[in-house]
Amino acid sequence: MIKKRFILNFPPESGDKPLSYHLVKDYDIRINILKAEVYPGKMGSLLLELQGKKENIEKGVKYLTQHHVVCEPLDKRIHFQAEKCIDCGNCTAVCFAGALIMNKKTWKLEFDKNKCVVCELCIPACPLKLFEIDFR
Amino acid sequence: MIKKWKIKDFKQDQFFQLRSSVFQLYLKMSKIKTYEEINRKLKSGDAVILTAEEVSKMAQEASPEEIVEKVDVVTTATFGAMCSSGAIINFGHANPPIRMEKIRLNGVPCYEGLAAVDSYIGATACDPDNPGYGGAHVIQDLLEGKDVVLEAWAKGTDCYPRKHIKTKINIKTINEFTLFNPRNAYQNYNVAVNTTKKMIHTYMGTLLPGLRNATYSTSGELSPLLNDPELRTIGIGTRIFLGGAQGFVIWPGTQFHTTKPKNELGVPVTNAATIAVIGNLKEMSSEYLQAAYFEKYGVSMFVGIGIPIPVLDADIARRVSINNGQIETSVLDYGTVGMPKLGQVTYKELQSGAIKVQGKKIRTAPVSSLAKARKIAEELRTWLQNGSFEISKPVQLFPIDTSLNSLNEMEVEND
Repeated sequence: MIKKRFILNFPPESGDKPLSYHLVKDYDIRINILKAEVYPGKMGSLLLELQGKKENIEKGVKYLTQHHVVCEPLDKRIHFQAEKCIDCGNCTAVCFAGALIMNKKTWKLEFDKNKCVVCELCIPACPLKLFEIDFR
Repeated sequence: MIKKWKIKDFKQDQFFQLRSSVFQLYLKMSKIKTYEEINRKLKSGDAVILTAEEVSKMAQEASPEEIVEKVDVVTTATFGAMCSSGAIINFGHANPPIRMEKIRLNGVPCYEGLAAVDSYIGATACDPDNPGYGGAHVIQDLLEGKDVVLEAWAKGTDCYPRKHIKTKINIKTINEFTLFNPRNAYQNYNVAVNTTKKMIHTYMGTLLPGLRNATYSTSGELSPLLNDPELRTIGIGTRIFLGGAQGFVIWPGTQFHTTKPKNELGVPVTNAATIAVIGNLKEMSSEYLQAAYFEKYGVSMFVGIGIPIPVLDADIARRVSINNGQIETSVLDYGTVGMPKLGQVTYKELQSGAIKVQGKKIRTAPVSSLAKARKIAEELRTWLQNGSFEISKPVQLFPIDTSLNSLNEMEVEND
């Protein structure tokens, strides 16, 4: 069993298909919807946590892709310029998902992208503007 | 039965006599070192230099008297957003010359009231149409060797006929490039929380509603002015680490306040003393000087400052031994006008990740970089060790009895 978060982008024509139902039914994947957004023109984005057998998740992702849904691991959509970070801690003040934490020994920032719930509060909170999240 | 002495049993002058003789005795008992002695040891490579964090640990087992014997210099440091910062720039004269009366650097307004080609760019200055890029960013761009667009206007005079100039400058083309920060390195700072129902954006970061988070600045037991609370060694002329180069303390910082409430160890429990500092930007590095933009607040600059404290006597040894559990600060509600105080906590609690305020557990986060501050304290130690940095006795100590005026509004007559 593995657990992984994905960002799904739905084109207008895939918006009303029961795709998540098939992920559960046909591929035995446990899904957890963490964030969903519908945009003008019937496009939509979804942050999904998928839990299941590795090969089932791979098949499920392939199934989504066949239905023209762009499905990418969350960490590929989060861009953080770590080399410029000064470890000030401002982002940790707003991250309640526990993705951004200060290491209590080194006081350096640690970022576990797979814990992110795309609340996007870190984006304005960072005084050096080092975060970018590609949800849409 | 032993009679308990109370202070009121003494007449006041008796009390002061007693206090002064106890202090004299105390000084006679423990070692006293001079700046010259310590500098000689630094030069010969025999000096023992610890960071303020290391000496706090040492003090768990060693007495102040032992620490004076063992330790010569303690390095302190901080790396936080310090809004009252900026740079003096001399652009050099163009041909034909211009007496610059309105100046922009990459669109950011600079001070135009200093002769023909002198200017001061404040860290927080910005063009309101482009609030995310300000004076601190211009300073950082110049520091990193980038070209910056200089545009200036003038009325034209007999000796400065030119009315307009638009050109590019960089760190090599300008003459003086001096960091001059009127208020840096606050001695202690408040913890910020928000009791309201709305998220607020402040220089202390984003404060979530309903006391969901608390932010704190300063590096606690490593922080410069907390290690010398009475400013016995930090004064006018003190040589310091500033932005990666040697700089100097030149004056008390603005809003210098020495009569704020203190805890039983004599350490202020809120923001108190400050320092004004100066140094050559051409020798500095953006590793220790970083432009910042705080959402819906504005531009600021993270400034790296390190101050060596010579362990001259047992009193100073006791001061530098202070640890996070002994340093307290005030929790203020940034969401309410007047910022009422909600509680008092230690840096040990703040660094543990949660504090308790009004019975509620609140998550904490720093907004100044302890990792960078440690790096500065280490770098300063290296400079001291390799003999490239001498400690300096203040030319003059700061006043000890200052307080602040508020801006009381007065009626202005209509003309």
